[in-house]
Amino acid sequence: MTAKEKMTVGEAGRRENVRSDLWVRVALHDSGGVELQVRSRVEPYYGDAIRAQLRSMCEALGIENARVEVEDQGALPFTIAARLECAVRRAGMRDEIALPEPLDHAPPATPRERLRRSRLYLPGNDPKFMINALLHGADGIILDLEDSVAAQEKDAARLLVRNALRSVDFGDAERMVRINPGKVGLEDLDAIVPQAPNLILIPKCETVEQVEKVDEHVRALQKDANQEHPIWLMPILETALGVERALSIASASPRVAALTIGLEDYTADLGVERTTEGRESLHARMRLVNAAKAAGVQAIDSVYSDVGDPEGLRRSTLEAKALGFEGKGCIHPRQIDVIHAAFAPSDTEVAKARRIVAAFEAATAQGLGVVSLGTKMIDPPVVKRAQHTVDLAVLLGLLAPDWRERDTN
Amino acid sequence: MKASMVENAAGRSVPLEVNGREQLPFAGVGQLPPSGRHVSAPIRSRDAYPNDGNKVVHDGLRAALERAGLRDGMTLSTHHHLRNGDFVANMVLEAAASLGVKDLMWFPSASFPCHEPMIQHMESGVLHHIEGSMNGPLGDYASRGKMRGLGVLRSHGGRWQAIQDGEVHVDIAVIAAPAADAFGNANGARGPSACGSLGFALADSMWADHVIVVTDNLEPFPCVPWQIQGNHVDQVVVVERIGDPSKIVSGTTQITRSPDRLLIAEYTARFIQDAGIMREGFSFQAGAGGIALAFVASLKEMMKDAGVKARFVRGGSTRYLVELLENGLTDFILDGQTFDLDGVRSIHENPRHVATSPFTSYNDHGKGNFASLVDAVVLGATEVDVHFNANVVTHSDGRLLHGIGGWQNCLYSGCTILAVPSFRDRIPVIVDSVTTLVGPSELIDVVVTERGIAVNPRRKDLVDALSRNKSKLPLRTLDEIRRDVERLCGGKPALPKLGDRPIAVVKWVDGSLLDTVWQVL
Repeated sequence: MTAKEKMTVGEAGRRENVRSDLWVRVALHDSGGVELQVRSRVEPYYGDAIRAQLRSMCEALGIENARVEVEDQGALPFTIAARLECAVRRAGMRDEIALPEPLDHAPPATPRERLRRSRLYLPGNDPKFMINALLHGADGIILDLEDSVAAQEKDAARLLVRNALRSVDFGDAERMVRINPGKVGLEDLDAIVPQAPNLILIPKCETVEQVEKVDEHVRALQKDANQEHPIWLMPILETALGVERALSIASASPRVAALTIGLEDYTADLGVERTTEGRESLHARMRLVNAAKAAGVQAIDSVYSDVGDPEGLRRSTLEAKALGFEGKGCIHPRQIDVIHAAFAPSDTEVAKARRIVAAFEAATAQGLGVVSLGTKMIDPPVVKRAQHTVDLAVLLGLLAPDWRERDTN
Repeated sequence: MKASMVENAAGRSVPLEVNGREQLPFAGVGQLPPSGRHVSAPIRSRDAYPNDGNKVVHDGLRAALERAGLRDGMTLSTHHHLRNGDFVANMVLEAAASLGVKDLMWFPSASFPCHEPMIQHMESGVLHHIEGSMNGPLGDYASRGKMRGLGVLRSHGGRWQAIQDGEVHVDIAVIAAPAADAFGNANGARGPSACGSLGFALADSMWADHVIVVTDNLEPFPCVPWQIQGNHVDQVVVVERIGDPSKIVSGTTQITRSPDRLLIAEYTARFIQDAGIMREGFSFQAGAGGIALAFVASLKEMMKDAGVKARFVRGGSTRYLVELLENGLTDFILDGQTFDLDGVRSIHENPRHVATSPFTSYNDHGKGNFASLVDAVVLGATEVDVHFNANVVTHSDGRLLHGIGGWQNCLYSGCTILAVPSFRDRIPVIVDSVTTLVGPSELIDVVVTERGIAVNPRRKDLVDALSRNKSKLPLRTLDEIRRDVERLCGGKPALPKLGDRPIAVVKWVDGSLLDTVWQVL
């Protein structure tokens, strides 16, 4: 290389020993072809595969002359692709993209009303948590581009999350992405919407316009991509103003499927401590539940931040359930089972509900207008709530779908 | 080495001769009934030892070795109860080197990274070769084909069997003792270098021609319990320190925080419950790896909830087993080695925490052993193939990595469970075929991974028990799991680049040759 030749350099990924990640440095040249220097922990197994992937990606990105250095800690192909593309973009080539192999089955679309008891937050720039996220049985997985990603890594996380949506199997979990607020969030959407996420969380939401902007942007991107797959929205209320406008936010778009609350930011906005008993946020949470129900969307609670306290989590979830919430956030997979158990109806609740539903059905069959159980009259809303409990019990496998036939009473 | 090779019953190519001794190829599990008699130690007379029982010598280890008759080509043994904190093995070989002897065979019960100086002794010719586990730097050295003889990898039980059957003759055994008296009685329960049990040294104490006890904690006679009996001991050497306590045991054993490993541990515990193994009076063994510890923690909760108590559990003991004992969830700990300070305290204080040896637990050429009495054992592996064969000694790239330890012997338990991640970073653990065969498929009953649980088709009884108990565990085949792993990792891993030169052999528990470890190119 002559001294005159211009060279631009970009780096991405992490150089310290971070499992399932890698560090890439790309120096773009004017001549000399593509030169690879790969050091990998998995050299004996996938060294050749890594070099082949780097070469074919360089071709796809339109790179003819470059020196590509890699230090790899066992990153999977979707991560290698994201880091190389990020380094190339940081070196100044911004136009081309090079997507990894997609999954062999298209991930399922999700209905507007589905179980959203647990949603597991995964930091968007950390591939190692994504790979096995499907195993822990969360109803939803949130790939987070917002608070868990450092400002200077937003571009890197966006590419990693895009590739994960395309290539990582999240099983039956609803695939959610928390975008950034404002303009950065719209750029996030440009990258991820073509990979068909199921739901977008809109952080720090306090105006109808914020929801509308996301809604319009999603619609335009889906049109470009010829995509029909529904993409739902879940605004996060994190300020006093947001909570005051809960109803209009929940009603801002037919895409809104749920409302949730971020209690760390909310309590900071109030200027109070966030306590375990949560009296300071009781009003906000009740207001959110009421607005959500009024708008016909789900109400989802904040996270419980002490991973080491399953009993506290259980109590907090039971309280959320009692207030009308249908789900809670998780920051560690160990929290999922506790949350599911707390949201599940108890044996006594199920037994009572099926007696009520059976009594209602018997009364209807006999053409009776009044339902009674023993000496008690049963009001229609009680029947409705019992029906809901029975449906949930069947969905959770606590009750056989053919329980009526099995009922010997 | 131009060894002539033969294919054994497992389809693996093994040499007919190793380090000048003829070998039997593996013939199948239980297919080689032994004959003959145990070897015997030389007859000695009380007259040759001081009447006051004081065998302490004051001129150091070098002089003790000289008096023991150390000369070229002899076999020297040491033991790994001080683990990575051991000073004694290096002291012995340094003393030997200073005496100018050559071509020794070192016969440790296991080696650790702290034994890296052995490489110098091999380079200088003091050591000819090592028969014992080789990991870390020693494993690398051997894998590159630099050792003169062949490494011989034996299980703990196999090492006992090799000594008692006369396959290995120990000329001089040097036993590191955290507590000893001048007569040579010794145990591992007390002193600045306390480590728990000294069971690994027991065979050597009984059959070696000459036995030297090295201690940094000389107690007045009698040192009880005398796990090593002074009646076998020729000389006692007192040194300032036999080891580094911080590396002998860990202060506290920490459970894994990895969600995937916790999931594997939880599946394993649920398997033991759902298969009906967890019942009043049952027994199990689990090691000190991250998954095994988390498994014990999970199982403990299930035992408490179900009101079930074990009759005995087998260690490697840690705080988690000690908690079971102290909370009344097991009657006994039968302990082969002790991994943390709680374990050391417990074995010292609690008569129900009992030290065992490879004889009681693992010896295959004996009238039974404890390992086969255990209802369930939870082990790890570096690789498991779709036919349920497993590897625990080499990486998938062919490099020597671990010793066998008690792993092979434990396969005889009522239900042998390998609890492993299906891949580590981008290194598949569930593979088409293991690089090195260490555990034959017929003894491996269950493989628990984060991506599901595979039950060996030979164990239909376990599958039936699970369905009887309406288990919700995700049962899958190993081939399904392998396909998942290859999809994730981006295809099949490349095969290791191996030379055609053997660098070590893997023994089965009966002394036959199960597989060969090849030079890595």
